[in-house]
Amino acid sequence: MNLADQIRAAWTWLTASAHWSGGEGIPHRLLEHLGYSALALVIAALIALPLGALVGHTGRGGFAVVTVANFARAIPTLGLLLLVVTVTSIGLTPVIIPLIALATPPILVNTYEGVRGVDPDIKDAARGMGMTGTGILLKAEVPVAMPLILLGLRTAAIQVVATATIAAYAGIGGLGRYIVDGLARKDYPSVVGGSVLVVLLAVIVQLAFVGIRRAVVSRGLRN
Amino acid sequence: MTLAAANGGEPLIRWDWIGDHTGQLADLTAHHLKLALLPILFGLIVAIPLGLLCARWRWLYPPTLGVANVLYGLPSLALFMLCIPYFGIGSGGRADFTIIVPLTLFSLSVLVPNVVDGLRSVPDPVRQAATAMGFGTLRRLIQVELPIAVPVVIAGARVAAVSSISLVSVGTLIGNGGLGQLFVDGYSRDFTTPIIVSCVLIIVLALVSDGVLVAAQRLLTPWARRGTR
Amino acid sequence: MIQFDGVTKRYADGTVAVDDLTLQIPTGQITVLVGPSGCGKTTTLRMINRLIEPTSGTITIDGEDVRAQDPARLRRGIGYVIQHAGLFPHRTIVDNIATVPYLLGWDKKKARTTALELMERVGLDTKMAKRYPYQLSGGQQQRVGVARALAADPPVMLMDEPFSAVDPIVRKSLQEEFIRLQSELRKTIAFVTHDIDEAIKLGHTVAVFKVGGVLAQHSTPDELLAEPADDFVREFLGGEKGLKRLRFNRDLDRQDEPGAERQDKPDVEAAER
Repeated sequence: MNLADQIRAAWTWLTASAHWSGGEGIPHRLLEHLGYSALALVIAALIALPLGALVGHTGRGGFAVVTVANFARAIPTLGLLLLVVTVTSIGLTPVIIPLIALATPPILVNTYEGVRGVDPDIKDAARGMGMTGTGILLKAEVPVAMPLILLGLRTAAIQVVATATIAAYAGIGGLGRYIVDGLARKDYPSVVGGSVLVVLLAVIVQLAFVGIRRAVVSRGLRN
Repeated sequence: MTLAAANGGEPLIRWDWIGDHTGQLADLTAHHLKLALLPILFGLIVAIPLGLLCARWRWLYPPTLGVANVLYGLPSLALFMLCIPYFGIGSGGRADFTIIVPLTLFSLSVLVPNVVDGLRSVPDPVRQAATAMGFGTLRRLIQVELPIAVPVVIAGARVAAVSSISLVSVGTLIGNGGLGQLFVDGYSRDFTTPIIVSCVLIIVLALVSDGVLVAAQRLLTPWARRGTR
Repeated sequence: MIQFDGVTKRYADGTVAVDDLTLQIPTGQITVLVGPSGCGKTTTLRMINRLIEPTSGTITIDGEDVRAQDPARLRRGIGYVIQHAGLFPHRTIVDNIATVPYLLGWDKKKARTTALELMERVGLDTKMAKRYPYQLSGGQQQRVGVARALAADPPVMLMDEPFSAVDPIVRKSLQEEFIRLQSELRKTIAFVTHDIDEAIKLGHTVAVFKVGGVLAQHSTPDELLAEPADDFVREFLGGEKGLKRLRFNRDLDRQDEPGAERQDKPDVEAAER
């Protein structure tokens, strides 16, 4: 089967009306996929944003943060998933844990680097105008670091959306079902179709971040 | 924790298993490295000229970056699948390219932007001085801008290498995942030892590769200010 | 001699950076181009080595039209020093200085020997030869910049605010050494600055530019201080008060150096009296 055939088969699969309704239908799988991704991303952000900002602000523990983040980046997501499934059971937890491990490092490192890298003159001026630690962090450092922080969130979001396909291995839903089940049944149109959907989702996430950037980053910082 | 209990009293790790399987572990590790690092090498070979082209003709960069971003969002498994018809399935020989080609594409999504960013990190006075001393465009790109871009390129190679080493293991789902083979092996037998051992080995490989790249950077760029990156 | 004949630079948006400029930069002398920002002095300088191409008019060096020459080859024969030195961060000091000799295909050993000699000449300890630019102070980097421009012994040097980015004390010592160096080397130098004190101090002649790229006056420092050509020049020199200060400083500079005239200047000023 060459590329053209693959594309044609995937197109037929994607446009078949049977694939667009019910519990196994694309809309439902898409929502599941988004749900796992969003949950993992939110938890990762709750861990990484405050930690990264704090370490960047105080300048203490930076080496530890970068080392741990590099270490976490090296963890094979699939291995962690299968390990957690083996040790506990099939379900949401084994999916969410590896995805959090995947999403945390980019958010953490970018937030840390962003806050740390704020021009010392800006911090100095803020302190000189009478701002205190928290004030400086929230009103000066975080807004100036926002482009980098968003970049970290975007990287994390895209990786999570692409990787949430493995949820199928933990016996739950998401777009990965089309890929994993298709693989098991040698139903390649389903595999390619599912992949196309994941790619589209990743592109949509990218575009969403372009919008978020417009909304959140000061015009003075967009170059 | 009751992890062990959840697994029917079986310990998380059986140390004797490791001793019995050193040969297999060494083979898998070597194969894993090959599958993970050849893509970085190929990636650099493609990304450097591509980045130079994007630096020379700026209009090339936005579309290139767009393609790189899309590549970055692809599920690795899907790309492996797409390559099966061309390179085959299984481990070793031609079938290895089913893994190597997609991982090369992934590495490009990191390396190309880094090459371009690195070339753009060259201070303007330096570029100006080079032109004013009579460097032509090509000579300036290769003798001045590219060497100055090396730290940023290596930073990209570090990220690409670590994620490549981790992603190889996904290949196990189509029967060629280096150390990842042990994931499925352990999972199917409800036996955690091989999963943990291969996870640890993969992490160690990633950290060692990262260390080697850091050392390479120190060696290649003695001129770089210490402490910045 | 560098000769500008009716040179105009007009950008695509209609701004005129240099307007119908006719100017001579005599051989073996320092000609300072001075003026407020936006007066076209840097544009003028950069047209000499074709970093910018004029819209009309001709520029010749010793009678040869610069536009008739290959830009890269032309530039290798013209020394160029800029504000932030623009040293190559990835090359050692000695290799930085030898850049143009390498480009010209000199023997590596000869290029390095020349570079080491130049280090001494510009007042740098040759122990620094193997260091990298980031290990040097701003003043030292600027000296390397000057040495690099001199490396292939070009007859012409273009200097664009070379001493503006260093602190006043370092600037003063760099200026003084520059005067000493020029008295030995006698290059044809076009020197851009926005600092009138520096212009008076260094220039054999000073060309004052107005916004819009118009040459207001070109004369020796003494003539400039004695007879400013118009209100703009008078204003630029700081009005009556400023003129008084500049004349006073000029007298002080003369007293500093025995022999009344600066060593590098007698032939010029004699010729013009």
